[in-house]
Amino acid sequence: MDLSIKWLNDYVKLDGISAEKFAEEMTMSGSKVERLNNLSELISNVVVAEVTSIEKHADSDKLWITQLDCGDKGTVQIVTAAQNVFKGAYVPVVLDGGTVVRDKAAFKIKSGKLRGVASQGMMCSFEELGMEQYDFPYAIKDGILILNDDPDFSKIRKGMNICEFVGLDDTVVEFEITNNRPDCLSVIGLAREAAATFNLPFDPPKPTFNGTDGEPNLSVSVDTKNCSRYMAAVVKNVQIKPSPRFITERLRASGVRAVSNIVDITNYVMLEYGHPMHAFDKRYVVGDKIVVRQANDGEQITLLDGETRTLDNTVTVIADSEKPIAVAGVMGGEYSGVMADTKDVVFEAACFDGVAVRRAAVKIGRRTESSGRFEKGIDPINAADALFRALELVEQLGCGEVVRSVIDVDHTNKEPARVRFDPTHINKLLGADIPADKQADILKRLGFTFDGDFALPPHIRVDIHIEEDLAEEVARIYGYNNIASTVPRLPSAGAVTPAQRAKRFLERVMVGLGFSQTVTMSFVSPTLHKKSLIESGGAVIISNPLGDDTSVMRLSLLPSLIDVAVKNKRAGNRAARLFELGRSYRYTTDKLPTETDLLGALLYGENEDFFSLKGAVEAVLSAFGVNAVVKAQSECAAFHPGRSAKVTVGDETLGIFGELHPTVTENFGIKDRVYAAEIDTAKLFAVSPNERKYAKLPRFPALTRDISLVCPEEAENGTIITEIEGAAKNLESVELFDVFRGGGLETGKKAYAYKLTFRGRDGTLTDEAADKAVGKILASLETQGITLRT
Amino acid sequence: MSNIREKLAALKTSATDIIAAATDVKSLEEARLRFLGKKGALTAILKQMGTLSAEERPQIGAVANRAREHIEAALSDRLKDVKAAALQQSLKDERLDVTLPGKALPQGHFHPLNIVVEDLKEIFHGMGYTVVDGPEVECVKYVFDMLNTHEGHPAREPSDTFYIDDDTVLRTQTSSVQIRTMLETKPPIAIISPGRVYRVDESDATHSPVFHQCEGLVVGEDITFADLKGTLETFMKKLYGDSVRLRFRPHHFPYTEPSAEVDLSCFKCGGEGCSFCKGEGWLEMLGSGVVHPDVLRNCGIDPNKYTGFAFGIGLERIAMMRYAVDDIRLFYENDVRFLSQF
Repeated sequence: MDLSIKWLNDYVKLDGISAEKFAEEMTMSGSKVERLNNLSELISNVVVAEVTSIEKHADSDKLWITQLDCGDKGTVQIVTAAQNVFKGAYVPVVLDGGTVVRDKAAFKIKSGKLRGVASQGMMCSFEELGMEQYDFPYAIKDGILILNDDPDFSKIRKGMNICEFVGLDDTVVEFEITNNRPDCLSVIGLAREAAATFNLPFDPPKPTFNGTDGEPNLSVSVDTKNCSRYMAAVVKNVQIKPSPRFITERLRASGVRAVSNIVDITNYVMLEYGHPMHAFDKRYVVGDKIVVRQANDGEQITLLDGETRTLDNTVTVIADSEKPIAVAGVMGGEYSGVMADTKDVVFEAACFDGVAVRRAAVKIGRRTESSGRFEKGIDPINAADALFRALELVEQLGCGEVVRSVIDVDHTNKEPARVRFDPTHINKLLGADIPADKQADILKRLGFTFDGDFALPPHIRVDIHIEEDLAEEVARIYGYNNIASTVPRLPSAGAVTPAQRAKRFLERVMVGLGFSQTVTMSFVSPTLHKKSLIESGGAVIISNPLGDDTSVMRLSLLPSLIDVAVKNKRAGNRAARLFELGRSYRYTTDKLPTETDLLGALLYGENEDFFSLKGAVEAVLSAFGVNAVVKAQSECAAFHPGRSAKVTVGDETLGIFGELHPTVTENFGIKDRVYAAEIDTAKLFAVSPNERKYAKLPRFPALTRDISLVCPEEAENGTIITEIEGAAKNLESVELFDVFRGGGLETGKKAYAYKLTFRGRDGTLTDEAADKAVGKILASLETQGITLRT
Repeated sequence: MSNIREKLAALKTSATDIIAAATDVKSLEEARLRFLGKKGALTAILKQMGTLSAEERPQIGAVANRAREHIEAALSDRLKDVKAAALQQSLKDERLDVTLPGKALPQGHFHPLNIVVEDLKEIFHGMGYTVVDGPEVECVKYVFDMLNTHEGHPAREPSDTFYIDDDTVLRTQTSSVQIRTMLETKPPIAIISPGRVYRVDESDATHSPVFHQCEGLVVGEDITFADLKGTLETFMKKLYGDSVRLRFRPHHFPYTEPSAEVDLSCFKCGGEGCSFCKGEGWLEMLGSGVVHPDVLRNCGIDPNKYTGFAFGIGLERIAMMRYAVDDIRLFYENDVRFLSQF
């Protein structure tokens, strides 16, 4: 909401309060000021002058020498190239050292000589005053602004500051008004707020008009629940012409373009009272009948913006006996709009349902000043005030005959809200000690009245319902920052759950292993799942996504991580270790989808291979004290079937890791091998022992034996180790230290060399005992077709 | 006799010269063997002692011992020097170009948003809060209905909120976690709920359809608006230092009454006004307020007995201000050149 300070001063006198102070205090009482715009900031020393003589420059075909009477500022001579100046013209003159607007900045004008003739300043155009054609419909764009045709020419004075004449002697305050305060989308609403904030007198105006006898010759019927009040007044014999300056200037300050008196009045009243209005040309209200109804499906209307919309029955319309003539609360139709030759008009002030208006505005793709106000809630009493104000202005401007008899179809409840006012309760809620009379005074300043223990808000305040609302009123005018801060006594110490602690630890482990943490979007493109060969059953699909690429909640962290890898590779990052702790989302049986906390990891680069990833996975398992079995997997299609594995504890699979399937990398356009892992963190944390007890450090020396085993190519290290571990006593560890193929080995065979470490728990082990254990191991392996290499 | 004496003198002179001329450990060892070894020159001379008289023997013996001591001292002194010189030389030889790069160890980095979340958790743990979380795909009931954001409210429109079906949305705020907590726990309650939230916003430099929020809720007997102020002041001072000031501005949220927006005095200029705070001296940081009695009632908490306050803060905003990140999309692109800066 853009507020003209000059306009505000009609209702509350802000004498002695600077614009900055006004902005600051209004912000702190709840009407947030976004910006102050001093309209004459770039313009200085520009006055109104009359051209008293004009003659051709002796040395030029195009230049004129003019003498200008600047009233009490004296007379000046100005040489000009403008061709629209004449003797008797009133023009704006920039005196020596004055500034005008050029390229949105102040431009200084100095005295000088043009072809030898002194020129003491410059006459200027409306553009040089920072204004536009519609501000001065009578002026030409490329010439000097001639003010003689101005509707307010009678008020002009030679020597007066041009800003004063054209209304630039004003500051516009740009407010950001919260949704609950539609009343503040008006000059009068903000006047009430200003009066309360600065403790100044304020009396809400009561508009009146005289009117003429006679009938409106119009019928109104309301056939929808979306209109609780419809008021209509008829003005006959209107003379359509430009509005006087005070209207056009204030509209301009409020960001609304002036059109002509009747239309301007509807806009002026909307800005002043906050109630949207509309004017119809009565000629085009067929049958002199207004019907407020839901549109028929497929019905069409061309609106004032010149575009034709097809409606459906969710949209409320104003119709005549044949067709819609306006979309209720949003915009009028072009056909029935006020034109230059309009004779009789119908002014509308109505109460439409906010949600219906908002949805209609969305449907036709056009939000307006009007729809924005209806959306936030509307006061039925204000509808009448607004309509009367419009009629009052018609009479003030003398632009038509108001038919006194006003039509009013009214189903509204105008009973004011009654809210219990208990100053003790308010203080208790605020944690403050504001005296009861002070609280009552604040509410009075805001226009509340009292009835016993109850406070009654002014009718325009549709947001006040409960005691807490009163508390906010009191607190914001008293000053939020004048309430002393306290700290609550909280019942307990903050607690970290084991899962939160574990998650934090996991992050640290991953960072310690050289992985950088990523955060990716939770929704992806369905294509991304497909490209990653992720099974898409149970996907959570967004019904109104921003686009296809963000339309499904991810089923795995892998697609997002691969996408990150692609982007990194494209950016020239030749290696990366990445991880994310995030969720996947999948419908199982519940009403809400299952959200699974996952650790996703990905790495690529020259020095990375399956085993660097496996090393990281093992480090994580070790950090969590988890003894897991790693075995080949074929469940997850995203991975290379021969180069991926699952991590299991008992029957539970904690996660899968390995090289991405070549099809996946190809789908993503990646040429190199990429390795990734995904681990269900809840499962990981669940198998991590809660307690740890230290194992005594060994007291007896160890014995080691190295054995080299010839095994079939398909034999797996994991199985061999399990076999070894199962076969021997006192075996402390078994460690693969060499892999050998070729040489004297048969084809289809390989040699794995292991270091076995034996240690007795109760005493030093003898060589014989160790040798015996090795013998047992070899015997056991032999049953698997694995023999000692000799 | 004089012959032996002379031989000893000559030996001493010769040994002294050779030792002095030795430049490494090896030649000193050779000198030691040559003069003092079992088959060395001194032993050879001493073998002639038998030819001496009983009176001469001790005299020559003493001379011989002095000669040995002299040579041993010379050897040990020289050895010390040679070793010192050798050390100096090897130190010189082993000089490295210390400006060559170190061996690259894999180095991981925390995501900046995570760093901010952890900072907040730590602060609120210290103040007695518990961290809770809840589903991101959430019931409309918990995201809107029970938070006084009724049917028809603009925030519920599909232009603002992602819908899965009529009853299920991607949560637009973590307040749904507060509702779940209030339904499950009896007051007193003191929680924060950091997490992902979703709004229908196209990605640009300052908007992201996914972003992170941290909300807080306190419900108990005699919890006041003044408590909210004190809590947020403590929080902000812990996050930004003791010198910052807070400004509470009236605002509107459907789920709190009274409601306040909270501005922080600009930590760059201290409130004077600078380009960072666009000359205002204040930075908009938080939304907050006293929990609306309807919200408590919806959760089965008697508003006549209990009151509460709630607040919410955007984590991207904190991270963007802290690290001078000018484009929110950087957080979600995860370029390692970006990540490795934190």
